[in-house]
Amino acid sequence: MAAAVALLPLGYLVAVAARADPAVLLAQVVRPRSLMLLGSSVGLAATVTAVSVVLGVGAAWLIERTTLRGRRIWGVLAALPLAIPSYVAAFSWISAFPDLAGFSGAVIVLSLSCFPYVYLPTAAALRRLDPAMEETSRSLGIGPYATFWRVTLPQLRPAVAAGALLVSLYTLSDFGAVSILRYDTFTRVIFTSFNSSFDRTPAVVLSGMLVLVTAVIVLAEARTRGRARYARLGSGAARLSARISLGRMRTAAYGGLGLLAATALGVPLLSMAYWLSVGRSGELDLPRIMAAVGGSLVLAGGGAVVTMLLALPVGLLAARYTGRLPGLLERATYLGHAVPAIVIALSLVFFTVRYAFGLYLTVPLVLFAYAVLFLPLAVGAVRASAAQSPPVFEEVARSLGRRPRQVLRTITLPLAAPGIAAGTALVFLAAMKELTATLVLHPTGMDTLAIRLWTETSTRSYAAAAPYAALLMLVSVVPTYLLGRDRRRTGGLADLEPQA
Amino acid sequence: MSALSVSGVDKSFGRTPVLRHLSLDVAQGSIAAVLGPSGCGKTTLLRILAGFEAPDAGEVRIGGRVVAGPSGEVPPERRAIGFVPQEGALFPHLSVRRNVGYGLGRRGDRSVRVLEVLDLVGLAHLVDRMPHELSGGQQQRVAVARALAPRPALVLLDEPFSSLDAGLRGEVRSVVSAAMRADGATAVLVTHDQEEALSCADLVAVMQHGGIVQAADPITVYRAPSDLDVAEFVGDAVKVRATFTGGFAETEVGRLPLRAPLPPDGSGIALIRPEQFVVTNRNGSAAPSTEYGPAVAATAGQQSFLGHDALLVISLSSGAVVTARSLDPGPAGERPVWLSVRGPVNGYVRGGKTQRL
Repeated sequence: MAAAVALLPLGYLVAVAARADPAVLLAQVVRPRSLMLLGSSVGLAATVTAVSVVLGVGAAWLIERTTLRGRRIWGVLAALPLAIPSYVAAFSWISAFPDLAGFSGAVIVLSLSCFPYVYLPTAAALRRLDPAMEETSRSLGIGPYATFWRVTLPQLRPAVAAGALLVSLYTLSDFGAVSILRYDTFTRVIFTSFNSSFDRTPAVVLSGMLVLVTAVIVLAEARTRGRARYARLGSGAARLSARISLGRMRTAAYGGLGLLAATALGVPLLSMAYWLSVGRSGELDLPRIMAAVGGSLVLAGGGAVVTMLLALPVGLLAARYTGRLPGLLERATYLGHAVPAIVIALSLVFFTVRYAFGLYLTVPLVLFAYAVLFLPLAVGAVRASAAQSPPVFEEVARSLGRRPRQVLRTITLPLAAPGIAAGTALVFLAAMKELTATLVLHPTGMDTLAIRLWTETSTRSYAAAAPYAALLMLVSVVPTYLLGRDRRRTGGLADLEPQA
Repeated sequence: MSALSVSGVDKSFGRTPVLRHLSLDVAQGSIAAVLGPSGCGKTTLLRILAGFEAPDAGEVRIGGRVVAGPSGEVPPERRAIGFVPQEGALFPHLSVRRNVGYGLGRRGDRSVRVLEVLDLVGLAHLVDRMPHELSGGQQQRVAVARALAPRPALVLLDEPFSSLDAGLRGEVRSVVSAAMRADGATAVLVTHDQEEALSCADLVAVMQHGGIVQAADPITVYRAPSDLDVAEFVGDAVKVRATFTGGFAETEVGRLPLRAPLPPDGSGIALIRPEQFVVTNRNGSAAPSTEYGPAVAATAGQQSFLGHDALLVISLSSGAVVTARSLDPGPAGERPVWLSVRGPVNGYVRGGKTQRL
């Protein structure tokens, strides 16, 4: 059922496209406007990805492999931009620098929001790297920089590629930031054409093109992954690699990291603080803010519960059984990652208008959209936490005379509970920040923080938008910090390993 | 009555046969060790006994009751077994007390029995610890106590000591086997470590290529292995060419008495354990007439000193080389020695398979 939920919107899109006249479709596709959009979307995605890779790999290397001071703080600072929704960042930049609208603004805002997608996996890969390989290379007479290029970097490739994939998918599907920055990509034009006309063909065609582009990127990434293996061979405890002293480049390194943190975090914070202080002189529309908070809480809370209920069986199944069916089920739920929210939202609109008008613009429909969007998050969390209890625990429990259902209750669920709770919290936060689907599907008259921010920003009442931006940032950053701290504290399986 | 009786069990994974017509009987109250190289299928056998896998053919009886066979499978929780996996796998969210009590349900003597089995493994004082507060050896002992607590008909241990380091292994092993004996448990232990199998089991079943090739008490398995493969697997083996006549093996190292059952007269291979060799100095002295028969002249070469004893590489006059274990390594470097063999040896005739006849 969870898989069906995930597949429904895309299936509907395909069905609509299949029913339409192919000639009309083709005419739409080859329209200069469509092709221009293709160019601008792909161009933006490519530029943002390239900039993010440079920023992410550079930051990861500086933080993980050199002797810079304050590595832990830099590490947190480099991950934090991820917590700021890109449309909030876009709001803060455009309100501070109104000239930034367009391509350059979109590149700056999206790169600064997305580079942690590259930074985090690359830093993790650098930490896991077996120093013996670099040492072997050095012992064979290869210098430190040549070793980095020839040994270290190739091993980082899967991590960097995975990060780059996320960045390009995020950029292609981003709606809020490009809209606020007034740069036309697929998502923005799909939304405006849906909003302004009753002919749904252009929106469907553009959605189809967008989905195709994302599919091409996903497939291309899978192809380039190649066949080399990157795992450590053999056993033995991994040691930490020696860190490189930067010498005279030190100051430049601090400067670079500082500039990154200042632009990615400082600008949003300062800009927001400025507009908040300006706004205080006007009246603060408290009832309206409270209504938006309430709406956000209801939708995000409901979305988190619904999503987790659907994710539980899929995640448990995927963690326990490796087979074709569980694999397919799991992969189906991952569509939410690859298909842009605007496409999912629109297909739900079309579907309900035609087959279930009673659901059109209702809370359940929004919750359904959240489930499609955030199932990957929830399934991943359930799967990872079910892996906290390896099958051997269940086997031992059964050998001690407990029936499968009792084992689930006394062993599997208690072990997985913290992870499931964290997963629910993650979905809750993600839904709280979600803009696109909420904007398209929310019941008339219902407000959320994201919708208020969007509405106020689009009429350029930045001071009125600031409180919502501040609340969204609060909602995003604080729990991200708490979750990160929690994850570090629970050792999980590491505790199980023999200590003798 | 056999506590465990396995007969004619087959098991394949896909097209790869893992167990081939395997049979094994374990007597009530004894500890059996299934000894085999990695990949021989011993873990699969254990999982079939536990009920985590179903055999393709054959029958498994525990305490006389059929638990797997043509008529179906008894699920693991109704087999009255105790299972100790490799890393112990204590439930990380439960204290030692609740781990050990897990299989006891709401029995009245629950807390008494928990302390009783923990006492058997010497850890009653740690009853309120959490698993991560225990050392590896302690975790393993608690895992055994947990398996023993419900008084299972059969305890199954999957390489339970291999994750411990060498110093700890011997100690934990003796505590655990003493505990199982004190509790009167019947146990099947799977291992690739011959020392472990020989030292703590009443019955050693040597497993190769998916079947049991020999099942006997440890001394018999070591001293009278059923074939050369078994011989080489359970300990160091020296093989010399021999001619068998009338209960003796004529070899380069002398005329050696054969252990029953005797091989047929003719040529074959004699198996000598390195510690059967007696090495003495030959500085011009005459051949010592020992109780083991006349010694032969040889040259001692390279030696590996192992602490408790030493291994000497000895060249015979024919150029053949044998390894001898000696308590006294003697001076380093090449030196002339007398070599004799103490105790009977085993004879195997050659063939496609060096089967003892």
